[in-house]
Amino acid sequence: MSIEYGEAQLLPGEKIAITTDTATEPFWKKAKERKLTACRCASCGHFRMPPTPYCPECQSREMSWPDLPGTATVFSFAICTRSPYSGEPLIYVPVVVDLDGAPGARLVSNLIGIKAEDVEIGMKVTVDWNPIQDDWLLPIFRPV
Amino acid sequence: MVWVNQDKCAIVGVGATDYYVRGHSHPRTINDMVGEAILKACDDAGISVKQIDGFAYYSGAQMGYGDKADTASLMEMLGIPEVTFSAALTSGGGGAAGAVGLATAAIMNGDATHVVTVMALQQYRQRLGTVFGASAPSPENSFLQPSGLVGPGHLMSVLARRHMHLYGTTRDAFAEIVISQRENAANREGAMRRTPLTKEEYFASPMLADPLCRLDFCLETDGAVAWVTTTTDRAKDLKQKPVLIHGAAHGGQREWGRAFAWMGMPDPHFGSSGHKPIGDRLWEMSGRKPADMDVALIYDHFSAMVLMQLEDYGFCEKGEGGPFVESGAIRYNGGSIPVNTHGGQLSEAYIIGATHTREAVEQLRGVATNQVNDAEFALVTGGPASLPVSGCILRRA
Repeated sequence: MSIEYGEAQLLPGEKIAITTDTATEPFWKKAKERKLTACRCASCGHFRMPPTPYCPECQSREMSWPDLPGTATVFSFAICTRSPYSGEPLIYVPVVVDLDGAPGARLVSNLIGIKAEDVEIGMKVTVDWNPIQDDWLLPIFRPV
Repeated sequence: MVWVNQDKCAIVGVGATDYYVRGHSHPRTINDMVGEAILKACDDAGISVKQIDGFAYYSGAQMGYGDKADTASLMEMLGIPEVTFSAALTSGGGGAAGAVGLATAAIMNGDATHVVTVMALQQYRQRLGTVFGASAPSPENSFLQPSGLVGPGHLMSVLARRHMHLYGTTRDAFAEIVISQRENAANREGAMRRTPLTKEEYFASPMLADPLCRLDFCLETDGAVAWVTTTTDRAKDLKQKPVLIHGAAHGGQREWGRAFAWMGMPDPHFGSSGHKPIGDRLWEMSGRKPADMDVALIYDHFSAMVLMQLEDYGFCEKGEGGPFVESGAIRYNGGSIPVNTHGGQLSEAYIIGATHTREAVEQLRGVATNQVNDAEFALVTGGPASLPVSGCILRRA
């Protein structure tokens, strides 16, 4: 009873906006250089995403932003059928991914470059970049 | 250790407006509907609204998103002379069932004598179903909103997918939840969706966020529901048979946290409802067990989350929710634990959980539309959502 959806589409970058604060800005600045990072406690090494001012493990406020390999594993996903912006039919695939090199850290992103019905939990994906408003780059993923 | 306040407070009156399709309550104002629900609850209890001296809200006293109940405004509007307690459980609908615990705390601490809990929803400016997509992105939800997970149902579809992956749960289980609740709504006066639903019709419903289709999403409705809590002693002199507050708990664990607004939950929390610690506490504080419950009013914003709550409250083993519901266990007719006998938020109306408390009261008074024979105990839940989530056990007096 599988449904054929066809190609997972890119969401229109010109419609997407983000904002940053002191804790999250380093993530987005690295993204602008097409480098995927995650917030790591500089004291105990624990990863956390989204970035927050304190490490939940040791309560340190010291952060580091290592360059990650940019690969990840699909932890779960949805197949959505309507544009979040216009409500018109649009097939897109929000994914939750486990980031390689950052145990415990996940990103909620989108997967493209694959038919939606072929997406599977556990598949390996690699980062790509979607230009969005205000010259930011949004990390998205495609199959390895 | 049995809860020190067990059965010491009671719900003595409940009131509700008509339920309306989203936006159709306009031009009524939300205060108009809140007032009607409170006045009806007082009338049902046989007290004057002037006797109300406490407010125990949930959802931070927000009535949906954007509207807010304000105790001072309600005093001004309804003529309540003095208030001695006014507080709310934080976050959203997760507190729906735990608000009776807050009311109990107010009363047993001697702060107040007659406490109102009220919830109202009016969606003519902003639909709740796409609320995240419509809000300006904060630094926090800049890590969520760009993915196009525009509303709660889209977010929870990702949890449902993980549950299917880990335990082999199929859409047939979600279908059974939707179909059984629709059957319960068929004879429910005022319910929004009363036409019986076939499995074929369920599977023909368009996918909104695969694995969830439109029929897995709850209704978008307007309306208000309120209830009055006082001591069991005072309840003896009032109009209705009291419904005792046997246990109440709210909270949750860090592994659930902001839940589907975060998506960082490790297994097995990810494919869960976040309610396991609430269930564990309720059974411990009450000395009861799932099999003692005669009816369960399970927060059903999305069908798949009903299944996960049944697991987390121990009606079946973790991962067994699919086969459990498919066995007919939650049916009003012949099920071992009838669930959402009023049709629930999927088929009756969605007032952020408050309709479930109303139904529990009707069941335990013995006047429900689909009355469970000799019902003594009802479980009510609120959430799954960002913490706190909550549950309570209500008991026939």
